[in-house]
Amino acid sequence: MEWVNAIVQGILIGGLYALFAAGLSLIFGVMRLVNIAHGDMIVAAAYVALVVVQATGLHPLASAVIVVPLMAALGYAMQRLLLNPTIGKDLLSPLLVTFGISVILQNGLLVAFTADSHRLAAGSIETASIQVAPGLALGVLPLVMFAASVLIIFGLELIFYRTSLGRAFRATSDDPEIAQLMKLDRNHVFGMAMALSAAIVAIAGIFLAIRTNFDPSAGPARLIFGFEAVIIGGLGNLWGTLAGGIALGVAQAIGAQISPGWQILAGHLVFFLVLAVRPRGLFPRMD
Amino acid sequence: MATSTSTGRIRSLMNRRSFLTAAAGAAVSAPAILRHSRAYAETPKLRIGHVSPRTGPLAGFAEADDHILAGISKAYSGGIDNNGRAWAVEIISKDSQSNPNRAAEVSSELILNDEVDIIVAASTPDTVNPVSDQAEVNGTPCITTDCPWQPYFFGRNGVPDTGFQSTYHFFWGLEDVIASFLALWQHEGVAKKVGGLFPNDADGNAWGDAERGFPKPLAQAGFSLTDPGRYQPLSDNFTAQISAFKAAGVEVVTGNMIPPDFANFWSQAGQQGFKPKIVTIGKALLFPSVIASLGDRGVGLTSEIWWTPSHPFKSSLTGESARQLAEGYSSATGRPWTQPIGFKHALFEVVADVVKRAADLEDSEALVEAIRATSVDTIVGSVDWSKGPVKNVTKTPLVAGQWQKQGDKVDLVVTTNANAPQIPVGGELQLLS
Repeated sequence: MEWVNAIVQGILIGGLYALFAAGLSLIFGVMRLVNIAHGDMIVAAAYVALVVVQATGLHPLASAVIVVPLMAALGYAMQRLLLNPTIGKDLLSPLLVTFGISVILQNGLLVAFTADSHRLAAGSIETASIQVAPGLALGVLPLVMFAASVLIIFGLELIFYRTSLGRAFRATSDDPEIAQLMKLDRNHVFGMAMALSAAIVAIAGIFLAIRTNFDPSAGPARLIFGFEAVIIGGLGNLWGTLAGGIALGVAQAIGAQISPGWQILAGHLVFFLVLAVRPRGLFPRMD
Repeated sequence: MATSTSTGRIRSLMNRRSFLTAAAGAAVSAPAILRHSRAYAETPKLRIGHVSPRTGPLAGFAEADDHILAGISKAYSGGIDNNGRAWAVEIISKDSQSNPNRAAEVSSELILNDEVDIIVAASTPDTVNPVSDQAEVNGTPCITTDCPWQPYFFGRNGVPDTGFQSTYHFFWGLEDVIASFLALWQHEGVAKKVGGLFPNDADGNAWGDAERGFPKPLAQAGFSLTDPGRYQPLSDNFTAQISAFKAAGVEVVTGNMIPPDFANFWSQAGQQGFKPKIVTIGKALLFPSVIASLGDRGVGLTSEIWWTPSHPFKSSLTGESARQLAEGYSSATGRPWTQPIGFKHALFEVVADVVKRAADLEDSEALVEAIRATSVDTIVGSVDWSKGPVKNVTKTPLVAGQWQKQGDKVDLVVTTNANAPQIPVGGELQLLS
């Protein structure tokens, strides 16, 4: 039962990793850009949620009503003003810009909020759980996070394959020049992609803030697991990202069950193995 | 491994560079010294260098810097008397950015460019060690605090009989933490079964070390220890540890964690139905902001206590009591008191005491001699380097206690003083479940 419990908890954590990764996967899929500031954007969203909760007294989960549109608008503005001017043949310049955004976000948050560690109190849901079997209790919060992550990926798939915006995303991703000939405004399409990514980041940030303490320097550690989930799952495949997150979570849980020192290492080993055997990930959808 | 070699290389480069700067500086400034020494100036001026992690992950330790330094500057404003003359004092404070390489860089700047006479530093081995190393290389008198003495002493390859030339440190050590925690856990109704959460970092490895850490004294005191092994900091999943603790019937959880790891463990423990009776964690539970962020689940957690407003000490510099110092900070900033406040103040008390007694303030040897002979009762207790566990180190009292609800706020209350009977106990330990 100990092992079953470890693996089930690992799957639930995998949902969280997929949530961290979904926005990253989306941006990479549409504009071939690795957003180094992704982890810091998650932390920034956590701070936005903190301000909203303190100002309005909303429950942290309900604060999404305000935080998600706000982050989406900020994401759109960031893409149009900072990233679009650098996107072109050269892959390095936008990458460096996101690196700069990461540094600015961390230090800006430090100035605005000090180094204090914060958390969003969500009340009894934090420690509530469902006893499935003796020795196997599923936390309500991890279940909610997992469900949210599945729903978000389902929603993204719908947007990608059922809407005109999704068609624009795919077209721009396939061939930006031809897409522009078809009167698709590349700047706007990229802006919308970043807005969507930032909306997911907002939800990831709220969950991060409920789950554990965060401070201005907490972002980069979140980036690495998200990035690994994207690579394991396969570039451009959103369901693959969920699978990648779960693979990572389970690998870490099994590693930890052998010895806690193996937890993070086991995740990295799976990542390395996938890179070595199938460099394009488990379920690649993109060349 | 790679990191430590590259740090080593940076350090040796730095030393070479600092030596060149020093040599050049000496050559240029020699004639100036010949023309007028500052001892003959109207009011001679003494410079104190101060290194502290103002920004970065350790910034919480330095949050009271501005307030404390303002108070100290006021106390120093009339100058300090030395051999019948008043010396003006200037404090030059620099930020280590919570980075040991940066700490070494700014301390070398302070020593070589600002030509400080004494250098002081506080807060964790990442600040204290590089600053002390730079001071030792340059022969600058150096006083540090706010870092357990083992990482300070052994982390700098100190040899107990020889010690260091010009660098001195006051704080408590791992043996005090162990003694205080053991006293805290002596409670009827709590099984002597301890679960350990030790991360794979300098502190975690020291605490979990089979010889010098917790395992041996715990066994001697009749406690069993379940230690699943070193975890990586910033782990997202503590299920393995929680299962191991449940299987062993653990009722006391201890460890040395960073706040996000502890918050993670604590909510997972709640979700998975693990209910220990006592949870005593080093480092994570020091600051009121962390406890506040845990909400109701923060009440009842226990931690080591270095200093509280109810410590029966007063400042040798301003005469303020511990409570007055803490309340001064709270009323000036609107923030709750934190433990590093007392130690930051004490650091400058010791400096003032040394400056008063030094035979010749122009001579760094004489300053070091004065530091060695220090015996002063500060706001954190007695600082006297003749009474250390090893050379160049002296210890301040350590107790342990609990975050308890008092009215509508949560405060840190001393619940055991077995290790330092002079500190009054403020309440009784309440079990978590």
